[in-house]
Amino acid sequence: MAKVDWQQKTITAAGAELSYLKGGKGKPLLVLHEELGNPGWLAWQRKLAEDRKLIVPLHPGFGVSPRIDWMRTIGDLANYYAQVMVEQDWVGADVIGFSLGGWIAAEMAAQNPGQFASLTLVAPFGIKPPRGMIRDIYEVPTEDYVAASVKDIAATPEFAGLFGGAMTPEQFERFQDATAESARLAWQPYMSNPALGNRLGLVRKLPTLIVWGEDDAIAPVSAAALFHAAIRGSKLALIKDCGHRPEIEQTGKFLKKLKAHLS
Amino acid sequence: MHITTFTERPYADVPEDEVIKNASFFGVSNRFLDPVKGGALFNRYLDEKLYAEELGFDGVMLNEHHANPFTMGAVMDVEAAILARITKRVKIALMGNPLPVADPLRLAEELATIDMISGGRLITGWVRGAGCEQIANNINPTYNRERFDEAHDFIIKAWTQDGPWRYEGKHYEYRHVNPWLKPIQKPFPQTWIPSLVSPETAVFAAKNRYTYIALATFLPPTMEMWNLYADTAAAEGYQAGPECFGYLQKIVCADTDAEAHELGKNYVFGGGQPAFARPEWMFPAGYNSKAATKRLAYALTDPETNEAVVSGKHAGSGIDVAATRKYNNEVLYENLLRNRQIIVGTPESVLPKIRHILETLRPGVFSIWHIEGGPTTHQQSMNSMKLLAENVLPKMREWARELDLPGPDEVQPGSRKLPPSGQRDPVCDAGVRAA
Repeated sequence: MAKVDWQQKTITAAGAELSYLKGGKGKPLLVLHEELGNPGWLAWQRKLAEDRKLIVPLHPGFGVSPRIDWMRTIGDLANYYAQVMVEQDWVGADVIGFSLGGWIAAEMAAQNPGQFASLTLVAPFGIKPPRGMIRDIYEVPTEDYVAASVKDIAATPEFAGLFGGAMTPEQFERFQDATAESARLAWQPYMSNPALGNRLGLVRKLPTLIVWGEDDAIAPVSAAALFHAAIRGSKLALIKDCGHRPEIEQTGKFLKKLKAHLS
Repeated sequence: MHITTFTERPYADVPEDEVIKNASFFGVSNRFLDPVKGGALFNRYLDEKLYAEELGFDGVMLNEHHANPFTMGAVMDVEAAILARITKRVKIALMGNPLPVADPLRLAEELATIDMISGGRLITGWVRGAGCEQIANNINPTYNRERFDEAHDFIIKAWTQDGPWRYEGKHYEYRHVNPWLKPIQKPFPQTWIPSLVSPETAVFAAKNRYTYIALATFLPPTMEMWNLYADTAAAEGYQAGPECFGYLQKIVCADTDAEAHELGKNYVFGGGQPAFARPEWMFPAGYNSKAATKRLAYALTDPETNEAVVSGKHAGSGIDVAATRKYNNEVLYENLLRNRQIIVGTPESVLPKIRHILETLRPGVFSIWHIEGGPTTHQQSMNSMKLLAENVLPKMREWARELDLPGPDEVQPGSRKLPPSGQRDPVCDAGVRAA
């Protein structure tokens, strides 16, 4: 596999400073990261960046891009990113969102499905699962939450390198920033928007793929059917022997589904 | 000097092993509560407050914690309302009402009720609430400081501005503010602000001319906060004095030093105050300012591994209960004694240590954090209070006169003028060292 470099850029967009990671060449794919911040530049990204341009905005307030004071909901953050897409000429990009990032992508699609060429949601938050609850990030040490995010740590080589792999004081601070901003935007209702399922009724022609690990211990897989029903024409890919991180737990299967969807 | 007495009102029958296994009082299952025993304890603690009045203490102090056997008083205002009726003379200090987790209008009504029933004996205290109070009440910790500030300003307005009026803030909205209950004390009750050396709180207290109460914190950082308070006061145009400062100190007395130490060990029951709540509950996301988070991350990083142990990774797992209990009873207890976080002994042996605190900190309020937790009996508590009242309090009052330490009942905080030079006078004696 050819080594594909990535770089971090900082821009002023929609009235605020925003940093993002950029790597690869080709049609742009917007990658929206999870609630703990960006976990790293992973194998699936290196592979995809061989023929796609990946744009990974570092959410405002999650430890790198400064917090934006007017935001109080995930819908606000979705609106901010929609403004950034217009300003940066990213409209028409594909989008993929993971966990909380999946929720942001779903909110953006519900606000304006036309801004994307396609939508991919990986174990997204945003719709309250009918069975089980989204795991609470605020009542446990962050390490415990990260450990619960994969089904089998020993069978997941990339797990050890997530978020740089060590709880250094700098990483502790970044986690505190990220979870604080998650709390600010999604404390209650916890990690969901009761209206999102209905609001997704606006999404009618957007090619959509929903990917979910069958053994997800963070976002219960029971919510997958609700997303699937809410987004017309969406495809649902349930992955066996997989927790909340299909992209590192079942990278091969994940990439196969994603590439087929994006092609 | 105002001398008051405080206890956490613990649920003393919680199994110590459960607390140690959990590495925290917060989080122990409430299946261990027997409401009959708890009810008897509430009544015992109320009786002990009555006894404090009888013995000559100037005040009684309550606090509030939620979902925690460390303190049963989750609804402190109810206890305070009972004290308002059954006591006749003592001030009732609430240290404090956690503003961010409360409904401010309801709180204004509750506290006014207590002040009305007690004939104006309420001392209000405002706190942010520990991190775990935000968790237990499901209040977004990222808005803790904002909610504190807004709720404070709202309550003062509700007490001082005739209604009805309408309120629209960031975190609270009321269409009809017209509480039919208002404090007897004007413009509002005497106010003390308890704190664990948070600079923002010292500044807040100084700006509002509230008495700042240091909650059993080490003397050097306590003096730092008092200097910060005094600097802020000077910038506000007044000289801070002893009436602006209070100190809470754990003290227990018995007839012999040996008996006192047996009793004193109850301060480390289950790990004592350091085991109040695990880090992930004490510091939930966004509860601290970014600067405080940075301080915390670096202050609690293992220099060998560069690992931020504050993350709480190891808490609550693989704990050796017997070894922990032994550590608490021996090492932790000795550390607390050595650091003077607890003062234990006969009246004769505790007096010099108290003198040292009075000389060093020059407080106008002194609160005795009385024995609690574990198997302390009612009789032991009463005996300790009696020994303190008969042998220690008179001496403290004499020293307070000698050292000129008026409390906020004698001198209104914020009423002293700055010296003509405009430079403030010292508020504590950094030159005093070991007693």
